[in-house]
Parts: sequence; C-alpha cells; structure tokens
Amino acid sequence: MKSRRPSFRHPDLPKNDLGYTRRDYEGGDSTLCAGCGHDSTSNAIIQACYELCLEPHRVVKMSGIGCSSKTPAYFLGKSHGFNSVHGRMPSIATGANMANKDLIYLGVSGDGDTASIGMGQFVHIARRNLNMTYIVMNNGCYGLTKGQDSATADRGSASRKGRPNPFESIDLCELAIALGAGFVARGFSGDKAQLVPILKAAITHKGFSLVDVISPCVTFNNTATSTKSYQWVRDHMDATSTFDFIPPRQEITTEYEPGTTQPVTLHDGEVVNFHKSDDSHDVSTRRSAIDTLEFHREKGHLLTGILHLNETLEETHEILETTDTPLNTLTEKELCPGDQALQQLLETYR
Amino acid sequence: MKISGVNDFVIRFANVNGSGSASANNLFAKAIFRLGVPVSPKNIFPSNIQGLPTWYEVRVNEQGYLGRRGGYDFIVAVNGQTLKKDYEDLATGGYFFYDSTRSLPDDFLREDITLIGIPLTQICIQKIENPKLRQLLKNILYVGALAHLLDMDFSVLTDAITRQFSKKPKLAEPNIHALELGFEYAAQHFPDTCKLSVKSSKKLARHMLMDGNTAAGLGAVYGGATVAGWYPITPSTSVIEAFDKFTSRYRLDESGKKKAAIIQAEDELTALGIVLGASWNGARAFTATSGPGVSLMSEFLGLAYFAEIPVVLINVQRTGPSTGMPTRSQQSDVLMCAYASHGDTKQVLLFPCDPKECFEMSADSFDLAERLQSPVIIMSDLDLGMNDHVCLPLEWDDSHQYDRGKVLDAAQLEAMTERWGRYLDRDGDGLCYRTIPGTHPTLGAYFTRGSSHDEYAIYTEDSEAYERCMQRLTRKWQTAKTLVPKPHIKISDKAGTCGAVFFGTSTHASYEAVEQLKKQDIIVNTLRIRGFPFQDEVIDFVDSHDPIFVIEQNRDSQMRTLLINECGFCPDKLFPITNIDALPITATLIDRSIQERVSTQVPPHQGGVK
Repeated sequence: MKSRRPSFRHPDLPKNDLGYTRRDYEGGDSTLCAGCGHDSTSNAIIQACYELCLEPHRVVKMSGIGCSSKTPAYFLGKSHGFNSVHGRMPSIATGANMANKDLIYLGVSGDGDTASIGMGQFVHIARRNLNMTYIVMNNGCYGLTKGQDSATADRGSASRKGRPNPFESIDLCELAIALGAGFVARGFSGDKAQLVPILKAAITHKGFSLVDVISPCVTFNNTATSTKSYQWVRDHMDATSTFDFIPPRQEITTEYEPGTTQPVTLHDGEVVNFHKSDDSHDVSTRRSAIDTLEFHREKGHLLTGILHLNETLEETHEILETTDTPLNTLTEKELCPGDQALQQLLETYR
Repeated sequence: MKISGVNDFVIRFANVNGSGSASANNLFAKAIFRLGVPVSPKNIFPSNIQGLPTWYEVRVNEQGYLGRRGGYDFIVAVNGQTLKKDYEDLATGGYFFYDSTRSLPDDFLREDITLIGIPLTQICIQKIENPKLRQLLKNILYVGALAHLLDMDFSVLTDAITRQFSKKPKLAEPNIHALELGFEYAAQHFPDTCKLSVKSSKKLARHMLMDGNTAAGLGAVYGGATVAGWYPITPSTSVIEAFDKFTSRYRLDESGKKKAAIIQAEDELTALGIVLGASWNGARAFTATSGPGVSLMSEFLGLAYFAEIPVVLINVQRTGPSTGMPTRSQQSDVLMCAYASHGDTKQVLLFPCDPKECFEMSADSFDLAERLQSPVIIMSDLDLGMNDHVCLPLEWDDSHQYDRGKVLDAAQLEAMTERWGRYLDRDGDGLCYRTIPGTHPTLGAYFTRGSSHDEYAIYTEDSEAYERCMQRLTRKWQTAKTLVPKPHIKISDKAGTCGAVFFGTSTHASYEAVEQLKKQDIIVNTLRIRGFPFQDEVIDFVDSHDPIFVIEQNRDSQMRTLLINECGFCPDKLFPITNIDALPITATLIDRSIQERVSTQVPPHQGGVK
C-alpha cells in the first residue's frame, strides 16, 4: 500500500460517541507490500478502536521486530507507540502496564517475533495474564528477511521458495489456551466481518487476549502450496459458532431460539453472545477448546473465531495486589518514607 | 610466640554450609560491632545449599581498616572436610580451635600454634536435651567459648540473643544456655590461653552494620522506584528481596495493596524489558543482576541508550567469565558495562564503595537516569553486596525533590509555540523533552523505536539525520560528566608524584595500603573513581602524577583500559595492580606491589619516595 492516502475527508464522515471519525484512528502510510494481509489487519484494528470509542491517547501500541511489528506506525497515530526489539514486546508491555494500569495496551507481533525469538516472553506474559491484547499477524514466514519458514508454518506447506516445511508447526492458540490465557481467538485478515468483533471483544476482555490473525504474505508465502495463502485459508476456514459483541448500553435486539445462545459477560458489562450450531463447542472450558482445535486440525481445516473465553481470571495487577492508583502517578510524598523512618530503621542495623 | 593483641586480629570460621553456622557467626561479628570495635566480616561461601565448605572471616581492627587483611590468627575449625587445610592456613603463633570430640589426626604436627580443643559435639549431646537443636546450638556454643577466649563482654552476646528472639523469648533460652556452656568449658579448660582479646571501644558510635544489597534495595524505595523486573541470580537477589521487604513495610495503601510492582521475570532479557517499559511509561523502575544477567541485558541496554529511556541497573558483580565462581567477588564487568550493547554505545556507571554509597547512589540513580534519559549502572559486587560492612549511618534529606528530567505535561505541550520533537535538542545539552503516554488527547504522542530516527522520532535512513542523532548523544555524554558523582581525591603531598586510582570495594584495602606505605616514606596521593564518564578531575589527577597505580579486582586491569581509552593517557604511566584470586583484595597485596614497583622500576625522584 505504497500510495499515499488522500488527506481529504468528507465533512459528513460519521463520528463515534466521542466525536471522533474513523480517520482519527488512522496512522501513517503503510510501507508494506501491496495486498499484504497486515494492512487489512491494521484496518480492522482501526475499525475496532473506532467502534469501541476508545480515546486514542489512552491506547498504547507496542511491537517487536518484523513486517508485522511495523504496523503500529500505520494505525492510531494519536497514540504513543513503542517498536521494541525482536521478540521482546511482551516485556516492554509488561513494564508499561505495571507503570499505568489504566491505559489500553495493544501489542502487535508476528509469527517469527512470537513463536521463535519471542516464545519465552510470549509464554510468560500469557501465564501472568497481563491485561493487554496481543495480536499476532501470522503469515508463516519471515517476510522482512525474504521468506524463510517460520515456526507456525504447517508441516508440508511450501512457500515461494518451494521446499515443503519439514518441521512441526506451533499453534499459538492451542498453546495460549494451555497456558491459561482467558481470551484466545483466531481471525483471518481477509474476513473483516469476523475480525473486527473479535478485536473488540479482545480489547474489552480483562486480562490477556490473544488474537492470532492469519495474515498472508503476498510476496513470499501466497503460493498454491502454502497453507497461509489467501486461497487456502478461504477454502479451509471453519468458523466456531458465530457471535455478537454487544456493548453495555446497546439493547439486544436480535432474538434467538432459547438454548441456542451462550452469553458471556465481560467485565464492563459487554456481552459476547455465542450462537451455537450443532457442532460448536463450549468456549468457556480449556478442554473443549483444545479438543475442538484438534478436531478441525485432523480434518485439515482452519478453525477461526473466539476459541476460548474465561472472564473469571485475575490479571497481573490483581495477582500482585498493587494499589489501584497507577504507579506512574504516585508522587514523592507517597513513595519516599522520609528520614525519620530511615533513622528508626537503622536501629535494627546497630 | 603466640600472636597477641587487643582489637587487632583476623579470625576465620570453617563451617559446612547449611549447618546453621551463618547466624552464629553473624552473632559473633555483631557482638564485636556492638562493643564499638571496627569489624569486617566476609562470607566465603560455595555455590551450593547444603554440605560444602564455607568460611566466614572476621577482621577486627581498632584503627578502622575494613579491607581484607589476609592471613589468619585464629581459626575455628568445625568442618572435617577442610580441617587439614585450615590447620595449615593458620599463621605461626595462631590459635586452632577445633571440636575435640574426635581427636586430631596423627599428621597434625605443627608446634608453632596453640591448639584449643573443645568437645562441642559431646557437650551438645550431654547437655542439650532437644536433639533437633543440637546441630544449631553447637555453633552458638563455640561463640560462647570465644567470648571467654577473647575476653569479650559476655552480656553483649546474651543481649544480642535476647534482641534477636524478642518476639519468641522461648527460643532465646536454649541459645543463651549454649553460650554459657561454651563459655564455662573454655573458662575451665583454657584459662589464660589466648593472647588475643576484644575490648570495648569508642571507635564506632553512630555507625551501622549493613550489607550493600540491603542498602541498595532501600535506596530504590527512597528513590521512588515503583516497578522492579528481575531474575534470580547470585549475588544480586537480595537487592530485590530488600526492595520487596521495605516496600511491604513502607509502601502499603489503606487497603493493604502495594505501591510497587515486583515481577520475577523468566530471564534477564525480560527483567530489563520490564524496566524499559515502565520507565518509558513514566514510572521509576529498576533491576538488579550480575555479570551473566548483564550479558543478556545488553540488547535492551542498547535500545535504552538509543531510544533514550531511563534505566537503573544494579550490577552486583561476581567472578567471571561465564558462570565463573558465582559466589566469589570481582570487579570484572567494568568494560562490558561501560560499552554494553552493539554499535556505538556508552553507559553511565556509578561505583559505590560502602553500603552508605549503595543507598545514596541507588536513590540518586533514578534522578540521574531520568535526567539523562539513559541507563545508569550501579557497579556493586558480591563483597559489598552480600557482606555486612561497618559504615556511617544512612541519611535522607527530606527537602530533596525527585528530578524527573525533561518531561512535558499537558499544559506545557499546549503552551508550546514551535513543533515539539522527541529528539530535538532545544537546550543544547543533548537532553531532549519526552512525553508520557496518556498525557494529552492530541499532543505529544510519538513512536519510540530502536531503529534510526530523526528529531521528531520518525524512522529515517537519512545519513545526516543519523549522524546528527549520534553526535547529539555525544553531547549528552558531555552533559553526563557534569552529573555523575565526582571522584574523591586525597592529596597527602602536593609535591608527590605517585598516585593511586581505585574504586568500589578496592577502596578500603587501598587506603590501608597507602597508610602503610607512608610508614615506609612512600607517599601516594589517591583518587577514588565514583562515576563514569570520567570528569576533568580524573584527567588532571592522572596528568599530574606518574606513576599511577590502578588498583582493581580483575585480571585484565579493565579500569586502566577504560581510562586509557577514554582519556588518551599514555599506557606506560598507568601501572596495573590487580587481584585475581576472586577473594576481596588485601592491603598487603597493594602495599607489596607498590613497594616493588617504586623500589625496582622508578627512581626515587620520580616515584614519589621522599
């Protein structure tokens, strides 16, 4: 998407409840390849933030290194961003979140950044249940270094280089569920209708949310032999039960047959309504979620949608029992015990 | 001839680790401290939890020399594994205290020492009913015996026990009983045997006895740290433990929640990443680690240097390379830390020499890091961090205000008439204005990155923009010189040409050696480095002395290399004195090295010999 976005905007662009247009959530011009799945994912992030009426300056966007990690420059231009080093975004996000629990943290990473060099940090941020949304733009290859297979490339899948990947792939969703993450979803950059509500629910979820977005690399891994190509994903995608994301103030208008919906209430009163079909699974248990993922994998299908959702978990600040006030706003008066306390303490060292 | 003296000897306890000896040995050192006598205990321990040899050396010195002296006048040998070595290490005329429940092997034939055999195990079995307590109280028993042998005021020991168990008085009883058992046995069997003694002194009045890690952790509380990311590693772990303990005491809100977040990370990479994230987001954050941790943290140190993020890193150095000797001290991370990370990087270093400086530098490092928007590394070591040191009391100036550096708030952003640039040097000192996320709805957002950026934090591959950035960082480095603590210089003789440069835990032994040398009419002026980058004072001192002895505890004389590299000194005039046995440096080594050099290499008119 090298062409510059026109600066003109229609004066009657719709505004959200905060009075912001979608334009207010956009960022700089993308320098990724034309047709890159990541740009669609960026657009879905913009749309989700716009629809959720987030104040842009209350959002912090973070990333590691790679094509995917460049994208925070292309959305939410009014938010602070931190493009860290390769595979280390989770630790930066952890520190930032510890400093100020009141902001919204969006992390963007890639499959190389997460499933290889950053695997250690990814695993531990999930098990600490840091309150953030972790988006993996997953294309099964290292784009920025010209197409090497990544650890999420399926065994037997072949990129433009032609040699089928001989190694087992890592399913980040299944891993995150096993690690106890409270929100795990998989989307497809080419299915905005599904991805935007997934992102909205993920951002709203309290605790760690993983959104694994299959986001094809048009330059290196969009071949007919690749399981991360647009065509393959479209042909093999199975959605879990469809769902609605309903903000607290919005009236629930759609009617469903009793017993066919599974509502899950998020912490601020939002509701995710899962509409069950016969073979849909219970998203609230880890076992059912993993079983379902494995079932679809055996069939050679790619399962998308919200795979697991558990709203009952404590996030990191709650686990650590930190004070309610953001730590970065505490002043000297609240932090420094003073000389009198020091002199009293020293008596125990005499 | 028996070694004799009042308040001037070195005693070494040879124990098995995990046997409860540490608290008994601490009790002994603390008793001497409470008698007002300068004392420096040093724990020489293994990287192990239970069953290996461990030694505890206590130097008692009325004159206040606190460095390691070398040599042992008195050995308490209660470890069978090292009995022979301990026996051989004892100085001529010294005292060998052992558990005579088993007699000494036949090949223990020295006639130049005094044997003091006390059947510690046998007494415990006979006199202490609770078998569970016997092992622990055996250690207390020898302390009681020492009280007699060294003619110590017994009540100091019993008071110390009473104080220690003030909340559990029932536990004090058996301990005091054990002290008495040891004292009585020694009094009966070894009257007038030992010619070493401890007499109460007025040398220590306001002083305290604290380890450097406790002081550093406390400094972080006073300095306003709220976030700590860390990974367990000897010998730095107790810095975080202290921070945890003191925040639990001083930083709880009304509901009992903590005004601090401490995260035990999965590795040192994450530990420092947490610090960067938190500092970037406006909290004061730090980590503590040791050499192997700094190796891993180098990646983030480079990011912090280039993206200009405050970092406080307490490096409690240990013996390298690689895993090295994790429980032994060294000053061998100087060069790694000074230039940590790839590309052109330079890091600010602070060198504390005692717990008081650990406290002050730890607290002040947050001001410094935020002012400079760059990492500040505190270069402690195992000796300073984990051993108790006598030092002057810590103080806090209640009028001190935290210096948060150049941070723009919402009103300042709105008042700006020109375009704000995150990396724009408005003041010419290389320090730029930063913003904290969430400050203003429309102003002050920027994108932080470790890739090349222009004055407005925009990604650039423009050569000139890159060069401007790197040159500004050099300007910032010049500003850092004005902010890091100045060296301490002691000029004994204005006309003297002989100079010594040292830092950190080499300080006490160096000052002692310099005083000894004075007695030989060798006058040495001294400069104690406290910070890097080096200031003009360092350059002037080195320029006005020849030779310069650079005293440090590593093989390759790293500080000497750093001085030559940074200041362009002629290498020939900087004479390295290094200690590489991984034990704290001794005054004897320094004294001897300087004497040798002065007498053999340098003519008296050039060498500072009067």
